[in-house]
Amino acid sequence: MTVLTGKLGLWSCLAAAQEPAPAAFWRILMLRDHNTRVVALGVGCLGLAAGMIGCFLLLRRRALLADALSHATLPGLGLAFILLAGLGGTGKWLPGLLAGAAVSAGLGILCILAILRLTRIQEDAALGVVLSVFFGLGIALAGLIQNLGRGQAAGLTSFIYGKTASMLLSDALAMAAVAGLTGAICAALFKEFMLVCFDPGYARSRGWPVLALDLLMMVLASVVIVIGLQAVGLVLVVALLIIPPAAARFWTQRLPVMFAISAGLGAWGCLVGAGLSAALPRWPSGGIIVVVSGGLFAISLLLGPAGGLLARAMARRRLGRKVARQHLLRALYELTETPPAMQPDKARPKPIRFEQLLGARSWSPARLRRLLATARRAGWVEGPDSDDRWTLTVGGLQAAWQVTRNHRLWELYLIAHADIAPSHVDRDADQVEHVLEPELIARLESELSVRYPELARPPSPHALQVEPADAGDPIETRTCKTPT
Amino acid sequence: MEYEPSSDQFRTAELGRFPVRHPAATGAEHPPQSPLSVHDLTVAYHRKPVLWDVDFDLPEGKLVGLIGPNGAGKSTLLKAIVGLIPAASGRVTIYGKPYRQQRHLVAYVPQRESVDWEFPVSVLDVVAMGCYGRIGWFKPVRRVHKQAARAALEQVGMQELAGRQISQLSGGQQQRVFLARALAQGARLYLMDEPFAGVDAASEKAIVEILHMLRRSGETVLVVHHDLQTVREYFDYVLLLNMRVVAQGATEAVFTVENLRKTYGGRLTLLEEAAQAMSRPEGAT
Repeated sequence: MTVLTGKLGLWSCLAAAQEPAPAAFWRILMLRDHNTRVVALGVGCLGLAAGMIGCFLLLRRRALLADALSHATLPGLGLAFILLAGLGGTGKWLPGLLAGAAVSAGLGILCILAILRLTRIQEDAALGVVLSVFFGLGIALAGLIQNLGRGQAAGLTSFIYGKTASMLLSDALAMAAVAGLTGAICAALFKEFMLVCFDPGYARSRGWPVLALDLLMMVLASVVIVIGLQAVGLVLVVALLIIPPAAARFWTQRLPVMFAISAGLGAWGCLVGAGLSAALPRWPSGGIIVVVSGGLFAISLLLGPAGGLLARAMARRRLGRKVARQHLLRALYELTETPPAMQPDKARPKPIRFEQLLGARSWSPARLRRLLATARRAGWVEGPDSDDRWTLTVGGLQAAWQVTRNHRLWELYLIAHADIAPSHVDRDADQVEHVLEPELIARLESELSVRYPELARPPSPHALQVEPADAGDPIETRTCKTPT
Repeated sequence: MEYEPSSDQFRTAELGRFPVRHPAATGAEHPPQSPLSVHDLTVAYHRKPVLWDVDFDLPEGKLVGLIGPNGAGKSTLLKAIVGLIPAASGRVTIYGKPYRQQRHLVAYVPQRESVDWEFPVSVLDVVAMGCYGRIGWFKPVRRVHKQAARAALEQVGMQELAGRQISQLSGGQQQRVFLARALAQGARLYLMDEPFAGVDAASEKAIVEILHMLRRSGETVLVVHHDLQTVREYFDYVLLLNMRVVAQGATEAVFTVENLRKTYGGRLTLLEEAAQAMSRPEGAT
């Protein structure tokens, strides 16, 4: 961090306007201050709890509901403030404010349910109505409080935008307790939550109390939201519940792993974000925490192995290479092959002229040269000789035979079962054969063997433009595998 | 109070306006030991009735096809039987007792579109869900249950795909996973919602084999089915449904052009299809 701030001019200007940033960062990183330790404990536990319950919330598609819930806390905060101030205090007694927030969030949920039950309005609209009306009411109340002229309404803005610096040890301990509770409940009810998230209808038909489990999830989420209001503010607290599991989804296909990663990302995002915001005291900590979490999400989106952009691009590239390689092998094989044809197990490597190969498919000379060079490195072809001729090696011939065989099996299948004319079948087969799995090939063989007894090496069902070649010694090619 | 819009829309409160007959008034006799007896069941969506006075008993150990046009209430009937949709009136008994007491005897196989197949679980995880009832609250899935799940996967011919993430399955394989989950559960009555919808030929064959296996071991299976061409081939007994039961009985007696016309109303294309199905000899494919 210190290096970074030193190099970025704008950044250091901003930081210098408040305090010398590098030293501050260092103090925070080392947890030198008591206050920093308190904040680190608090936000770390908050992120952990939010990451855990958020996992199930995301999979149950309740992300927007959580957002409505968090916005619905504001009028409760305002009313509690007015009430507490009216009772003679400053209005900033935290437990009272949080109780108000919880009650108003509960009312918000009840309103959504009532709208869904009593009218024809759809879920998204009901959420939007409740979210905006409650938030609007809260803003109006905040304005009213400001007009009361008590000068203490600043306390309320910290609930809207978040302020970690004001966190007390008791708050941090409450967050730790919430994290412990959430962890214990999620661990005990992991399979029940998973079942309800995956297939609530089936769960209900089996007698699981889906309603109660859903309610428990929502209560846990509400507790996390209310306890997190202080740290990130009610506008952004939903980000803690949704961003970590959404990011974790890019790293794994297994729910237990996703759960752990989500909890870890949540805690990490909160810690780093709170650290940054401690060094930049004028910046609202909620925004910084969410931006840091967003950064973790962006990294996951790019680099995650389970559906991340990079992984997908690489998979596409690998497939593209495999397809090109198989095309080359099949072209070489079909030029090597012996008409009249295609007598089973009688092919022998023979040199193929480059121009001949170039005419076999629509590829550019440069691309074909590259493909040939790669194939030579893999030991499948030899060449070029003085006449620019290329020859399949024995291993290459076997690999090429397998590729060609798959292609023809698929062609035969399409002709037999999909009523595709033999003259058109080549291109259709071309697109599918590269993704054939061994299981599918075995099935193709068994389905086609009745119809085509000569299946050991199926002849091409359409005319091939190949030059006659000498018959050679048979090569046993049945046991080799498809090159991958 | 459940936050589940789809089910909230089934409102029982508005149903007072429908004439509700009392079971006793119909005078229908229900054999006490039928695997599934539905007594005068009425279910409504908003104000429109979807099922009206549906009344039938299933014979034990038969493959039963539930046939009817789109919107006839076939899926709704299955959901009402397993309590996913409240009935406005009527009742359902499984082997003579209410469904709540007999859950362990019933395996419900929902439509495969009803879940998100991108969900981060493996094939084995989904099949093991069939064992959750046996495992009970709070306890994790143990090796015994995984073995049971593997055995069920083997029955549907998918043991090699146990570790695969479910998004990598074809439609037919997804359907077979749902069947395996029901098999892992172990039941006497199977309720399957369109198991043949959008599956490949190999999966259809595998599913039919499972149906036959269930029949051999004396289980009763009720299958929502769309393809009139295969009804005679697959089912011993049919239930023709269009809001009410149009006809029920052994396939050869009940699956007639006249009954289909009653069930499908004026839909000519379907009638033609049905007529074709009729004209072909028994057992032809």
